[in-house]
Amino acid sequence: MSAELVDLGTVPECWKQRHLLGLEQLSADEITLILDKAEVFRRALDGGQRRIPLLTGKTCVNLFFENSTRTRTSFSLAARRLGADAIDFSAATSSLSKGETVIDTAKNIEAMGVDAVVVRHRTPGTPHLLAQNLRSSVINAGDGTHEHPTQGLLDILTIRRRFGRVAGLTVALVGDIMHSRTARSNIWGLRKLGAHVIVCGPSTLVSPRWRELGVEYSYKLDDILDRVDVLNLLRIQFERQATRPFPSVREYALLYAMDSRRLARTKPGILILAPGPINRGVEVTAEVADGPQSAILDQVSNGVAVRMAVLWLLMGSRKQVSS
Amino acid sequence: MSPKPMPTLLIANGRVIDPSQSMDRVANLLIRDGRIAAYDAGPEGCDRVIDASGKIVAPGLIDLHVHLREPGREEDETIESGTAAALAGGFTSIACIPNTDPPIDSQGAVEFVRHQAARARNCHVFPMGCVSKNREGKELAEIGLLVEAGAVAFTDDGAPVYNPELMRRAFEYCLMFDKPVMNHAETRELTQHGVMHEGLVSLQLGLPGMPSAAEDVMVSRDIALAEATGGRLHVMHVSTAGAVEILRRAKRRGVRVTAEVTPHHLTLTDECLRTFDSNYKMNPPLRSRDHVDACIAALADGTIDAIASDHAPHSKEKKMQELDQAPFGIVGLETTLGLVITKLIEPGLLDWPTALAKLTFHPARILGIPKGTLAIGADADITIIDPEARWRVDPARFRSKSTNTPFAGWELKGRAAMVLVGGEIRYPFDARERESANP
Repeated sequence: MSAELVDLGTVPECWKQRHLLGLEQLSADEITLILDKAEVFRRALDGGQRRIPLLTGKTCVNLFFENSTRTRTSFSLAARRLGADAIDFSAATSSLSKGETVIDTAKNIEAMGVDAVVVRHRTPGTPHLLAQNLRSSVINAGDGTHEHPTQGLLDILTIRRRFGRVAGLTVALVGDIMHSRTARSNIWGLRKLGAHVIVCGPSTLVSPRWRELGVEYSYKLDDILDRVDVLNLLRIQFERQATRPFPSVREYALLYAMDSRRLARTKPGILILAPGPINRGVEVTAEVADGPQSAILDQVSNGVAVRMAVLWLLMGSRKQVSS
Repeated sequence: MSPKPMPTLLIANGRVIDPSQSMDRVANLLIRDGRIAAYDAGPEGCDRVIDASGKIVAPGLIDLHVHLREPGREEDETIESGTAAALAGGFTSIACIPNTDPPIDSQGAVEFVRHQAARARNCHVFPMGCVSKNREGKELAEIGLLVEAGAVAFTDDGAPVYNPELMRRAFEYCLMFDKPVMNHAETRELTQHGVMHEGLVSLQLGLPGMPSAAEDVMVSRDIALAEATGGRLHVMHVSTAGAVEILRRAKRRGVRVTAEVTPHHLTLTDECLRTFDSNYKMNPPLRSRDHVDACIAALADGTIDAIASDHAPHSKEKKMQELDQAPFGIVGLETTLGLVITKLIEPGLLDWPTALAKLTFHPARILGIPKGTLAIGADADITIIDPEARWRVDPARFRSKSTNTPFAGWELKGRAAMVLVGGEIRYPFDARERESANP
């Protein structure tokens, strides 16, 4: 085991959070701590380590009320890499369809002996509701269009690994800002770490009100291309839109799709992120998604490392119980 | 058997505030045979003298927007429990909304409500009838027969009357009975899936918003139809600066329109939703500060006529759900008076006579009921208020069957000390307290 991993024996005392509900309520120091620990795990994983048994005997349940493949797999893998048991619970197979409330369902699962509950739900605030009613740690894996803190963290880790810093960078979030929990978590995290954030999309999905969150807004992708360091291309959330906010996908792609023509107008060293799953040809063309500036697959690897860091900070042993 | 003669009471030395007579002075109030008999009487011949020194003696309070849930949702509230909650909150008369199951759209249903209220023997209940049959918004309910059975006003509340042609007919048809049409002003296409006010907070929380324009658009439509027909419109639970301004202009033109506002729209903002607590979820939603300030100003300048609780009981199981699943609404009968005193009168936003007018005389006039006055000969419905009583809102002590309130734990000043209905002391509930103690 490397020296760095030995150092992970107990959770730093400065970490006081019991849950991870969003990045809005975390301090810059807390976000940096998660990123630092994730960096250690990422290097260990890259070094070929597959098991870092810091959470042996702990149990983590994925309580997913919305479909997910990537995030759920990433959390399961993160838990297992740390030696914890990971269980999946999906709403389709549950007694929710028999009329049980979400709180009762969560309490029942908790009673089976669970240390952390990873929740995804279509309704903002549901992880918060569970956090108030459960004894275990609650991790928000996406609540409607509110927050998706681990996605925000892995995006920021990807940026930090590429540039060596976050402060002073200009990061554009492009697309369906209104319906994006990833956008909100990115905004909180990036702002706290000192980045300049631009939200860019059609005027039905981006409005001047976003300035009140300390970000710049723009309707025209072409106007901002030459001054951004990072482009994070958000998926159009068709399933969350009550009415279609733009006339056609074709028109959207014409105005916002990241293609090689637009790529040519960006700064050298531009970093392209996409939280996925992506609609190829809508937010980004295949050539850009698969090109050298794209870090889409790197994001996925960082996702496991970030989730390991979060699980360990919330469930890892504290100084007083160390041997 | 002839009824026991009612005791003659003297309410002595209280500050009598009766906006219906522009009265605000210390007086002794004599009550005989269940009616206001005289002012400035002495104790001679009285069965009991109630010392009201330091208290405010007001006409019994009237709440013109109460959901009693019976028939159909007795797990949330019954007419018995709801009227007890009304008494505990200082109300002697309430008007109940007909969105029950089945809805109050027939003579028999109106009579059922009145019968249950009479059995409960708490406060007076004035039923409202549906505008449309089965609240479907298609054809008019039998408004004439409902009036005959005792309905005082017409509304499909819970939902707006959507079809403008039906709304027009309702205004016209109610003209011959001189009854108001009360509408829940919401343009549904603009609010679908919404759970809170659309603004900065909804944007941050990612919660679907209900824009204030959804209310403004419907209030504009209703005022245009009332103006065109000469009908009487009452706008329920006004919550936006836009609606307030539209109302102000309409009143200036002489349109027959009145309006109410709830205590929660005067005291809370959309910032509360940051807790994701469903006790802050109501429709109309809690608005941002500028809207709240506009409502307070409109209350003070007379644009808004009445304060109504929109008492909307929901059992705990229903409220303890995901925010999009939890129903809209909160209970309010037992907190309204304390909130009005603490948050409007104490800070000097309203004076006592103005505030009490919004809770007595004005709602009586809107409903067309002979209540809300302490004039000689009127029914002795009286609320004696202790303006200094400090108390903490404890939902466990509510008389309502439901505890869905965002005000739990609030420290309030002022509450009803004694409530008389038709000359009979109905509150406090405890017989010994009622017989012995002065308020």
